[in-house]
Amino acid sequence: MPAAAPATSRASAEADPPVLRVDGLGVQFGSQEVLRDISLELDAGQTLVVLGESGCGKTVLLKTMIGLVRPTAGDVAFEGRSLTRMNDRQLAHLRTKYGFVFQGAALFDSYTIADNIAFPLREHTRLSEREIAEIVGTLVDEVGLPRTVLLKKPVQLSGGMRKRAGLARALALDPQLVLYDEPTTGLDPIMTDVINELILRVRERPRVTSVVVTHDMSTARKVADRIIMLYPLFRLRPDEPQIVFDGTPAELDRTRDPRVRQFIEGRAGNRLTELLEEQGLTDRGRPAATAHDASIDDETAEEDEEDAT
Amino acid sequence: MASSPVTAAPQPALHGWLTGMVANLGSFAMSSVAGIGDVAIFTLQTFGWMFARRQRREVLLPSFYQIGVMSLPVVALTGLFIGMVLAVQSYAQFKALGLETRLGSVINLSLVRELGPVLAATMLAGRVGSAMAAELGTMRVTEQIDALESMGANPIYYLVVPRFLGCLVLIPSLTVMADFMGVLGGYLYSHVLLGIDYHHYWENSRAYVDAFDFLMGIFKSFFFGAAIALVSCHHGFHCTPGAEGVGRAATNAFVHSFVLILVLDLFLGIGLNNLHDFFRPEGPRKLL
Repeated sequence: MPAAAPATSRASAEADPPVLRVDGLGVQFGSQEVLRDISLELDAGQTLVVLGESGCGKTVLLKTMIGLVRPTAGDVAFEGRSLTRMNDRQLAHLRTKYGFVFQGAALFDSYTIADNIAFPLREHTRLSEREIAEIVGTLVDEVGLPRTVLLKKPVQLSGGMRKRAGLARALALDPQLVLYDEPTTGLDPIMTDVINELILRVRERPRVTSVVVTHDMSTARKVADRIIMLYPLFRLRPDEPQIVFDGTPAELDRTRDPRVRQFIEGRAGNRLTELLEEQGLTDRGRPAATAHDASIDDETAEEDEEDAT
Repeated sequence: MASSPVTAAPQPALHGWLTGMVANLGSFAMSSVAGIGDVAIFTLQTFGWMFARRQRREVLLPSFYQIGVMSLPVVALTGLFIGMVLAVQSYAQFKALGLETRLGSVINLSLVRELGPVLAATMLAGRVGSAMAAELGTMRVTEQIDALESMGANPIYYLVVPRFLGCLVLIPSLTVMADFMGVLGGYLYSHVLLGIDYHHYWENSRAYVDAFDFLMGIFKSFFFGAAIALVSCHHGFHCTPGAEGVGRAATNAFVHSFVLILVLDLFLGIGLNNLHDFFRPEGPRKLL
C-alpha cells in the first residue's frame, strides 16, 4: 500500500469527503497488466501530480478516472458514485463534471477552434448561439489566445496554442475535476511555464480539483499539492506496491527511495544496458554471442589446438 | 504400456505439432467469433443511436456531400465505360449467332441487375469507405474519439450514424447514375461504333428488362451501402496506433467491404430470383 495521503495545502478541503476515490484498481490489456492494486483518494480543491516513467500506466490511470478505460479490478468513484456500475448514459452525464486536457490537445480537425470550444456547450446546454459565442470568447481570453484564432482550424495553430485551446474546451462546462495528460510535453520552456501558470489559475477556480499526469519535474514542483509516483509493474515484485511515492513536493525532494531519486534526478543508471540486453545486444550495441557464434568459436578453438599440436 | 525408445522419440514432436495446430485453430475460431460479435454489437449500437436521437443538419449535410455529391463523377465515368466494355465484349458472340440486335437486352439487363449496383458500391467502398476508415482511424490515434467521449458525447452518434445514413440514403442514387451512364455507354458504342439499329436495340431492351430488374438492383444497393459504412467505420474505430495502423484500417475497410458486397450480392441475387419466380411462375424470359 502507498504511504498515507499527505495533508493538502488547502485546509478547507480536508473536512470534505473525497471527490474521487480509487480503490484497489487494476487494469490489464490481454495478458499485459498495466495497473495493479492502485488506491488513492482525491480531496476537493487538491492538485495531484502523477509522476512516472513512460509506459508505467499514468495515462491509463487518468483515463480510468473518467471511465474511458474500464478497470479489470477494483473501482473508481466520483463523489461516492461508482463509475464501473454506471451505464453509458449515466457516464456521459457524469463526464460533464470533468474536463480532460489531452496530450496532443485532441481538437477536432474538421472544426474551427470556436466550434471545438463550443462543442460541449452545444452538446449539454440549451444556451443560444450568442451566449455560447460570449462564453467561448471569455475562455479564449482566459487561456491567453487571441480571438483571431477562433475561425482557424487546429492544424493552423502551434503546439502551445493547440494545448491552450484544448484547455479552453476542457473548461467550457465549468468542471469540478480537471484531468491533464502530459500538458507540457513537446513545448518549449517558456510555453511550458505558461501552461503551468494556467494550471495554477484553473486551480484558483472555486472547488476545482486537478490531476496532472506528467514526467516534467518543473511542472510537478510548480503545480502540485500532492505527488504520487507510479513504477512500471515489470520492474516490481508481485508483493510490491505500484505507487512508490505519495507525498508533497517538499517530501519528494527529501525522499531516499533510489527509484524515486533516479527519476527526479533524471539518471539513466543501467537502463541502457538493460534495453540493449532485451534486444540481444551488448552494452556497445554489438550483437550478443549466439549459439551459432559459440559453435564457430568452438570450431576455431579446435583448429587452433590442432595447429598447436 | 512400455514402448521402445526408438518409437517413443517422435511422439512428443507429433503431439506438439497436433496440439499446436488445434490451439491455432481454436485461437482463429475464437478471434473470428469475437470479431463477428464485435461488428454485430457495433451495428446494433449504430441502429440504436440512429433512432435514439435526431441528427443535426450541420453534421449530416457535410457527410452526405462527401458520400453522395463527391462520388457522382467517378461513378458516372466508370458506369459509362463499363457499358461500353459490355458492348465490346458481347458483340462478337452475338454477331456470330446473328443476334446483334439483342445486344441491348443483355447489356442493360446485366447493368441494372448486377453491374450498376455492384459497380456503384465498389466505387463507394474505394472512395468513401477507405476515407472513412482512415479519417476515423486518425481520430482514434489522435485521441479525438476519446475527447468526444470525455465530453459526454457518443462517438457512434456523432461519427458513425451520419456516415451510415449517408451511405444508406445515397447509394441508390449512385446506383441509378451508374445504371443510366452504363445504359448510355452501351447504347452509344453499339449504335455509333457497331452500327446496331437503335430501334431494335431499345425494343429488345424494353422487352427483356422490366421494373423488377431495376428495383432488384436498387434494393441490393441498400445492403451494400449499409455494409460499406459499418465495415469501414468499424475498422476506423478499432484502428491500431501509428501511420501503419491507419493505412491497414483503410486497406482492410476496402477489402472487407468488397468481399462483403460480393457475398451479399450472391445471396441477395438467389433470394430475389426466387422471389421473382414466385411472382412470375412462367419462368425467366428467353433471349432466343
